[in-house]
Amino acid sequence: MDLWNVLFVAPFADMIGSPRFLLEVIIGGLLTGVMYSLVALGFVLIFKASGVFNFAQGAMVLFAALTLVGLLEHGVQVLFALAATGIIMVLLAIAIERLILSPLVNQEGIILFMATIGLDFVLRGAGQIAWGSNVKPLDVGIPDKPFEVAGILLNSFDLFAAAIAAVLVTVLAVFFQKTGVGRALRAVADDHQAALSVGIPLRTIWAIVWSVAGIVGLVAGIMWGAKSGVQFSLSLIALKALPVLILGGFTSVPGAIIGGLIIGVGEKIAEIYWAPPFGGAIENWFAYMLALVFLLFRPQGLFGERIIERV
Amino acid sequence: MSPRNKIGDVLLAVDGVSISFGGVRALDKVSFDVRAHEILAIIGPNGAGKSSMLNCINGFYHPQEGSITFKGQRRRQMQTHEAALQGIARTFQNIALFKGMSTLDNIMTGRNLKMKRNFLWQALYFGPALREELEHRAVVENVIDFLEIESIRKTPVGRLPYGLQKRVELGRALAAEPDLLLLDEPMAGMNYEEKEDMVRFILDVNDEFGTTIVLIEHDMSVVMDISDRVVVLDYGRKIAEGTPDQVRVNQDVIDAYLGVGH
Ligand SMILES: Nc1ncnc2c1ncn2[C@@H]1O[C@H](COP(=O)(O)OP(=O)(O)OP(=O)(O)O)[C@@H](O)[C@H]1O
Ligand SMILES: [Mg+2]
Repeated sequence: MDLWNVLFVAPFADMIGSPRFLLEVIIGGLLTGVMYSLVALGFVLIFKASGVFNFAQGAMVLFAALTLVGLLEHGVQVLFALAATGIIMVLLAIAIERLILSPLVNQEGIILFMATIGLDFVLRGAGQIAWGSNVKPLDVGIPDKPFEVAGILLNSFDLFAAAIAAVLVTVLAVFFQKTGVGRALRAVADDHQAALSVGIPLRTIWAIVWSVAGIVGLVAGIMWGAKSGVQFSLSLIALKALPVLILGGFTSVPGAIIGGLIIGVGEKIAEIYWAPPFGGAIENWFAYMLALVFLLFRPQGLFGERIIERV
Repeated sequence: MSPRNKIGDVLLAVDGVSISFGGVRALDKVSFDVRAHEILAIIGPNGAGKSSMLNCINGFYHPQEGSITFKGQRRRQMQTHEAALQGIARTFQNIALFKGMSTLDNIMTGRNLKMKRNFLWQALYFGPALREELEHRAVVENVIDFLEIESIRKTPVGRLPYGLQKRVELGRALAAEPDLLLLDEPMAGMNYEEKEDMVRFILDVNDEFGTTIVLIEHDMSVVMDISDRVVVLDYGRKIAEGTPDQVRVNQDVIDAYLGVGH
């Protein structure tokens, strides 16, 4: 009875007892979730267009953040450093297309996956050699001040991050749904052969997708880096993106976003209200458990279409 | 049958093309010409190498021997992108549409190479990029009218019945305003009415736009009705070529279809 109380009664009583605090928890969770969404988005973009599960997405986030910090440390202006990092990410995408994707075209997915594991090591190594392995603070000049709205505690940095993410997602949505290149991208994602037959240049498309994923990675890297410093554990947020992808589906952009928000809110709520009975620190594994439970009921993800094998 | 006088010079010349997969010789020194504005049918039993022939023409496969001359340019092999750029469009035996996209978007992808502005421009959604998008939209709407598929403009093609999907696929090829249209079994799996519609569209395309068409078809009555000439393949080799009437009475062809001699 005591366990029942601790698991199913007390937490909800706490929530109802202080709705304002609950709201703060939810908002905090949403803001963390935005970051997860950004990382997951990088995965989804690449997976959709080239069918590659890019193990190196986390390393790309790290690499982008390290490059930005490195440039800032050398006294480069913030805007200039941002632009330069963006350009480096595009060059990186082109190099990846030339050196990895192109030679391996038509190989099994698992082989490309292995190649991205290699890429992951290369990027981490390159980042470390170029910029060292200390934890570095990242300050891009976004104010980080707490303030109160209607009695709810908010943080200006978090709001800024959310706004940036919203803008990014909107731009990507318009790009994908309304422009010629977006249409070509969707076409490639759907059917390589058919895309080739209408003359869509596959290699250019891949370079574009990896560039976009690199830029999304840069934004994610800035947000995370500014919050908790740029360090090697940054590449580990890629692991948090996995449960997000299981929730949202590997090919759904809205799925990545909603999935990120659900995981973000879920783990915050779990941490605050359910940690005591588990002896604390459930934030670290809650996401995976949620994904596991989810897999049992909806393996295709929130927005994925149910696949019925044709026989 | 379409009028004889329309037919022009050689548009495509296939010369001694061979390709093998492992031990299978899918094409064995196949040669034939396709003349401008004609409708040429490729027929033959299953596994004869018909699809492989189309795949060589549009650059999916690269022949190990022989060459293909298109519009006077002779090539050992051509990249798919190059083939599309030169004016070759096609449909596939197993429909290859962009299943998640609407009919309209699918057909719009056929305009890809007609977009004058470069790729980066097309990434924008305003100004000249948008204007160009709208111009191409107009062409696509014509194709949609032509194929009588207005009612499914916005439907994701994955949800359409098979016959309509084939029609959308034809639309995507037509949107490219090709000089040479390759159709791999455009009527396979269709019911009688759908076949009739498809035959009408193919003849109309050929009549109205003068498009040269190479098609693979199993239904002999269709082949006899619409083609100017027929090439017959069997086990990768060309065993006959001529008008439908000539081919119909050719003993080798009859044997091949009856399985004699193998
Ligand atoms: N990519 C490939 N890899 C291996 N073998 C292939 C490939 N493409 C074709 N073949 C083989 O080449 C031969 C000819 O195939 P093709 O598809 O050209 O025949 P087809 O005349 O189109 O037959 P169908 O009427 O069944 O469509 C077959 O034996 C086929 O298995
Ligand atoms: Mg075939």
